[in-house]
Amino acid sequence: MKILSSEITPYKTYLNRRKFIKGSLASALLATVSSSALANHNNDSSIYNKYLNENDKLNSYEEITTYNNFYEFGTHKKHPHLNSGDFKPTPWSIKIDGLVKKPQILDLEKILSNVTIEDRVYRLRCVEAWSMVIPWQGFQLSELIKMVEPLSSAKYVQFVTVFRPEEMPGQQKRTIIWPYREGLRMDEAMNPLTILATGLYGHEMPNQNGAPIRLVVPWKYGFKSIKSIVEIRFLDTQPETSWETLAPWEYGFYANVNPQVDHPRWSQSTERRIGEFKRRQTLMFNGYHEEVADLYKDLDLTKFY
Amino acid sequence: MFSARNFNRSKPFLFILILFPSLLWAYQFVTGNLGVNPIENLMDELGLMALRLIIITLMITSLSNIKILKSIVVFRRMVGLFAFYYVFLHFSTYIVLDHFLDIQFIIQDIMKRPFITFGFISFIFLIPLASTSTNNMIKKLGFKLWKRIHYLIYPAAILASMHFYVLVRADKTEPIIYMGIIILLLLHRIFKRLTRPQLAQ
Repeated sequence: MKILSSEITPYKTYLNRRKFIKGSLASALLATVSSSALANHNNDSSIYNKYLNENDKLNSYEEITTYNNFYEFGTHKKHPHLNSGDFKPTPWSIKIDGLVKKPQILDLEKILSNVTIEDRVYRLRCVEAWSMVIPWQGFQLSELIKMVEPLSSAKYVQFVTVFRPEEMPGQQKRTIIWPYREGLRMDEAMNPLTILATGLYGHEMPNQNGAPIRLVVPWKYGFKSIKSIVEIRFLDTQPETSWETLAPWEYGFYANVNPQVDHPRWSQSTERRIGEFKRRQTLMFNGYHEEVADLYKDLDLTKFY
Repeated sequence: MFSARNFNRSKPFLFILILFPSLLWAYQFVTGNLGVNPIENLMDELGLMALRLIIITLMITSLSNIKILKSIVVFRRMVGLFAFYYVFLHFSTYIVLDHFLDIQFIIQDIMKRPFITFGFISFIFLIPLASTSTNNMIKKLGFKLWKRIHYLIYPAAILASMHFYVLVRADKTEPIIYMGIIILLLLHRIFKRLTRPQLAQ
């Protein structure tokens, strides 16, 4: 019952466009070439099928890019697709600070030249009890963490989303406290399943999905997978996270997918896979039990939900 | 122009106008044009329409106090019954399409989740209203008792708006506006009663 997350082949057939441009020559010219080459993505999604569990089918590019929770662009799930046109994901850099050897600001280009971009086909389970299967391109967060050398006192990692109300109309309203923040325990962040994604379906990350770089933590509810990251902070105490701050009785820091622990608003025992008519059973840790259960063997998951 | 006769004449148009969205959504649902998560979308649209119609029903009563708009009260029964029609479709979508008649799960859902509890009680309150919405029933029950039954529209409306309020995860502006309107309309009616006690008898 698992997606073959451990069987990762290097990302060859489809290039992340950013990487493609980088590895090539004149970027202006090639940008056009590569985008027309990538426009055919829908015709050949079969390359991702080898990563799929027999019970899962890929969701379409259209489904993945028109149904999003990204409150920076509005609270309705069609808003991010409709309202994210003005967002400019380039140039981009990430501020690394807190308990690290050398706090610094890293250009995304520089980060990408030091990591391996891989295909990762993951299930994504939203706390609202719907789910999708998404072919991401990205790299292990652990690669970046090793690169920036956190101190041994660093026990948690905090992530912060960009704050640009002029490009992100949802941020003009105080729906939640901006900027959006999320966090992981260090061992969760270092887990091989945890990635920073920069593309999906061979495209560079669409704005509505968290361009240019976002977290993907497939065994946790979707809101943990913070988008458009501009800051990564290493801490010795558990950081505050946006949804937990807004409604602590509803959202916990861990937010592991758990069919046994209900949310006050949604039963978590079942989910609707987008594109399917009948609900399906929700799996413990979203089906990634084998890879992550060890992280929580000493934790009461009904208390630390 | 604002005569009861003219209003009565326009009833068929209003009927089609309020019925139309449900037909459109049903058509879009069947043809797969209701978005990426059609069941959720259908449920949201039906529920929002129901809440708006409940509020419009209440508004009609208050607005009919304005002399020139007196006759709009002829629309009230139709709008009220349509509100019930949309509530019923909303509830049916939840039972049949969302949970596939998994009754055990649904009962648990209604008991455990406040927002579903609110919505469900609101629906229950509306059943006696809808089923007594005929002239015959008014005669049978007597106007006084009939009217008393129909006061249930207020708790039903408040519960429906709470159902919506709790459902929204962030930015609760829209449900708060609806709640505000309902409370204003309720206050208006209480105020009217207090200032003209002789009519209440």
